Formats: sequence, C-alpha cells, structure tokens
Amino acid sequence: MTKRVGMEVSVAIAEAVKLADADVVAVYPITPQTHIVEHLAELVVSGELDAEYITVESEHSAMSACLGSAAAGARTYTATASQGLELMQETLYVASGMRLPIVMTVANRAVSAPLSIWGDHSDVMTVRDTGWIQIFNENGQEVVDNTICAFRIAENRNVLLPVMVHMDGFHLSHVIEPILLSDEEQVRAFLPVNNYPLPLHPSKPVAMGDFAPPFIYTEAKWAHEQALRNSKKVILEVWDAFAKEFGRQYKPVETYCAEGAKTLLFTMGSFSETAMTSIDKMRADGLDIGLVKLRLWRPFPFEELRDVVKGVDTLIVLDRALSTGGPGGPVCSEIRSAFYNLNPRPQIVSFVGGLGGRDITIEGFESIVRSGMEIAKSGSDKEFQIFGVRE
Amino acid sequence: MHGRGGQGAVTSAELVAQAVIAEGRYAQAFPSFGPERRGAPVQAFIRISDKQIRIRADVTEPDIVIVLDPGLLTIVNVTAGLKKNGLVVVNAKSMDAIPQEIRDNFRVACIDANVVAKEVLGVPIVNTTMLGAFIKASGAITLEALAEPIKHRFGKLAEKNFNAMKRAYDETQLKELAHA
Repeated sequence: MTKRVGMEVSVAIAEAVKLADADVVAVYPITPQTHIVEHLAELVVSGELDAEYITVESEHSAMSACLGSAAAGARTYTATASQGLELMQETLYVASGMRLPIVMTVANRAVSAPLSIWGDHSDVMTVRDTGWIQIFNENGQEVVDNTICAFRIAENRNVLLPVMVHMDGFHLSHVIEPILLSDEEQVRAFLPVNNYPLPLHPSKPVAMGDFAPPFIYTEAKWAHEQALRNSKKVILEVWDAFAKEFGRQYKPVETYCAEGAKTLLFTMGSFSETAMTSIDKMRADGLDIGLVKLRLWRPFPFEELRDVVKGVDTLIVLDRALSTGGPGGPVCSEIRSAFYNLNPRPQIVSFVGGLGGRDITIEGFESIVRSGMEIAKSGSDKEFQIFGVRE
Repeated sequence: MHGRGGQGAVTSAELVAQAVIAEGRYAQAFPSFGPERRGAPVQAFIRISDKQIRIRADVTEPDIVIVLDPGLLTIVNVTAGLKKNGLVVVNAKSMDAIPQEIRDNFRVACIDANVVAKEVLGVPIVNTTMLGAFIKASGAITLEALAEPIKHRFGKLAEKNFNAMKRAYDETQLKELAHA
C-alpha cells in the first residue's frame, strides 16, 4: 500500500532505490555527499536492501565501480554533488559512451572556489555534454518518482544510457516534506529485472569502450547522439506508464498558467515552486504572465519548447549558473539558440540568480518578471542580468 | 526556531513536520544551512499548511518564533520579521526574564525548559520539552500527534521525551497582548 510519510527528501530517495531493488551501490560516502548514501548503507546493513554496497576512495572511483557493475548487468546506483561530480567528470563520458544504464542522483550545488556547500546549478552545467539523460525535479515526490522511472528508462533495450536525476541541493535534499512511497510489489512490477544485452562474463568475453581510431570515432559519437535523441520516445512512454500505474504524470516541458500568456517566465528545478506562487500573486494583480518549467534537460526537448512559446512575446529565463565570460545563463543560451530560427520568435531576457544557495523569494520572482518586461520593451542589448547582486 | 548546535532544534522541527504530515496536512521542515558547530546559534524552519506548500526559501516573516536557549535573546534578534501579534515561545526561568520589548509587542509563552528537561530526561536537552510549550501556545497540532514521531525517533527514550513535552504543555505560562 502507498504510504504518505514526512521524510527528508534524501532519505526518501534511498527508499526509492530500495523499492527499485538496486543490486550495486558504489559511493564515496563523505563530503560533498547527502544522506542518500547514509540511509542506503543502513538499508543494506539491516538487510532491507539486498545490494552490494561498495565504499570507494573518491567519486572518480565511485563511477568507475559503477561502470564495472553496470557492464556486468547489475542494477547500479550512485549519488553525488558539486566537487564530487567534478571529480567524476571523465568517467561520466565513459558511462554514456559504453551505453551503461547507471542511475545517479545529483544534489545540485555550487562549485568552489570560493568554498560553497550551497545549492545552484553550476555543477550540472559542467556535465551538460557528457551524453547522459538528465531530468530536473521541483520537489521531493518528483525526485522519488523519477528515481524509479530512471531505472526503467536507462535499462530499456532501445536506450541503454545512464540517467542523472537532479534535485536542488539543500532546497530539496535536506527538507522534510510529504512523500508518497509506493508499495514495493507495485514498483517491482513497474520495473522489470535488468536484462543488459551483453553483460561482462568470464565465459563469454566481450570488449567495451574499445579503441576508436578516426575512421570510426565520428560514427560512434553519431550513434550515441542518435541514441540520446531517440531516448525521448522511451522517456515519454515510461512517464505515461508511470502515470497510469501511480497517477502522477511527468512531461519534458511543463507549464503553469501559460495558456494565452504573452509573457512567460522560464525556470528549472525547485525554484519553479516559488515561481508558481509568485505567478499566482502577479496574476491576481492583473499581470499577463505564465510559467514554463523544463524537466528534461537532456535530450533537450526542442519541439515541446517551441510549441509552448507559440504566440508568446517575451520569455524571461532564470539560470542558477553562470557561464563565466560567456553569454550569461547557460540554459538561456540554449533557449536562444533553439528559438533563433523561429518566425516570429519571442524576445528573450536572461537572468542569472539564486547562486550558491541564495534564495529567490516570491517578491524576488516578481521583481525579475517586472524588470524582464521592461528590458524586453526597451530592447536592452545586455547579454544577461544578474539578479540581486551587490556591487 | 532558534537554538544552539546540539540542542536539537533541527530534530524538533522534523518531529513537528512529521506529525503534521501524518495528519494528512502539509509541512516543510529544514535547517539553516551552514558550517554548524555545537553551541553556535542555529536556526530551523517549519511551515505548516492545509494546502501543498509551494515555496523554497527560508522563513523570513514567521508567525511563531521558538527560542530554545534563553542566552540567544541577547545575541540574536529573535523577533526579526515576526508578524504583528506574532507568538514567541521562550525557554526562560520566568516571564520577567524575557526582555520587556518582546513582552510588550508579541504574545509570549514561557517555560523553564531546562528544569523540566533535567528533571524528566536527566539531561538539559530541551527540544522536545519546548514542543510542549509550542503546542500549548499555538494549538498548531495536538500532543498526541507527536507520539508516533517521537517514538520513531527516540525508541526507548521516547516515553521520557513525551512526558517532558506533556509536562511543559501543562506548565507553560501564556501572556496575551494587552491591546489585542
């Protein structure tokens, strides 16, 4: 039976990994870790989760252990954040290039220096091009649900790619909130046993991640590109199947009060919740404003986004990361590129804010929207605005 | 909720959220994030609602402030942002020990939680004791609703913690605003 519990989101994710019956959990269990791996350790020790729990000497090793485990056909999970994700970087490419269905939670956090333990999307943006499927979430329930969906997506024979499930560090990872934890049997029925097509086995040797000279490397990259783009079909199928079974529907791009609105605010992650509350207030004050929320960061949902902005005059994009010395917000940069050939296309205003754990309040979002509308009207040529900075 | 590292402010915020959620309502509890040290001032936040809570930011305009350590009254501006006619729940020897300014401007609940905790629990850890005062003064939740979360959290020490909470509930003094 589904249980409604008050639980720290990180602990709930560990419970979701238990429901998914992971075989191997390989982690570097110290800073910058979350309670996810602490609670998973408890679940393994208590026998509630029958998994191999491998503690390694770094995040680089954590992902390396995951590579071997997934290649052997085991359902494989890990979690990290900020500097840990940075240290994993090169092995992330190996995971996706070798088409290994690993699931990883990333508690999105700032990257040092200066030393910050707090949340933003700086870490995520550094792994944008690693070839993983990447899913953003607004609240604890979404992270739990998408952790379960991630295994089914990753292990699908037509996908075979690793999946990052993103949650905002602290703003989600450390919050106690209501979570619906599904029945174990129901989750197990939703998640068939991992059936990796060519598992490593001593009696049946295979080579993986082999040498790729110039005559084949481009083809390998193109095949990966096709696989990642095509994974969207399966992602949609899995989300539909999840909705049918568990009653909560996820989409690559979601909207709030966006129908007919001439101005849209664009957000990603947990700040979308504050933005929704702010939109309620602004609309009550007579402002014509809606919200568009990106859930599927990779593969990038071009078509869905273009559909959403049809008839929209102004799009105000909030990034929680800074592409230093570049166009400002990395997400906005992609949005601009995706919409450049649209005719007509909305005016796009880029804001960077909420860095290193700084809150953006309901009033803060209102201020972003109102000044974004002014900027669109005046046609400022500044690449981006940084919200709330003291100079 | 204002406390000092090690006093259990974060734990009691978590217990309240769990109790509220168990009743089918909505709650959010989270600590202030930072390099917490034992003894240093810390904060924890709670939101309670009948509807889904859609905000991801610190509580800056609370309805209720709970102060776990009387020493904080002189070093932290505990009523910063507190709404008009807001409630301050303080661990203090007596009403007289609470600054006049707070007593003049807010509803105040007072309990000598150090004494209750020492007598009932044997240790001066006041977080569950202070929940009794909070419940008495706010009515935000029932004592009984905390029974299960406390049991889950404290195991064999649960009964003592529940008793400390209950005694604080009985002994808490309330001061309403004169002009309210």
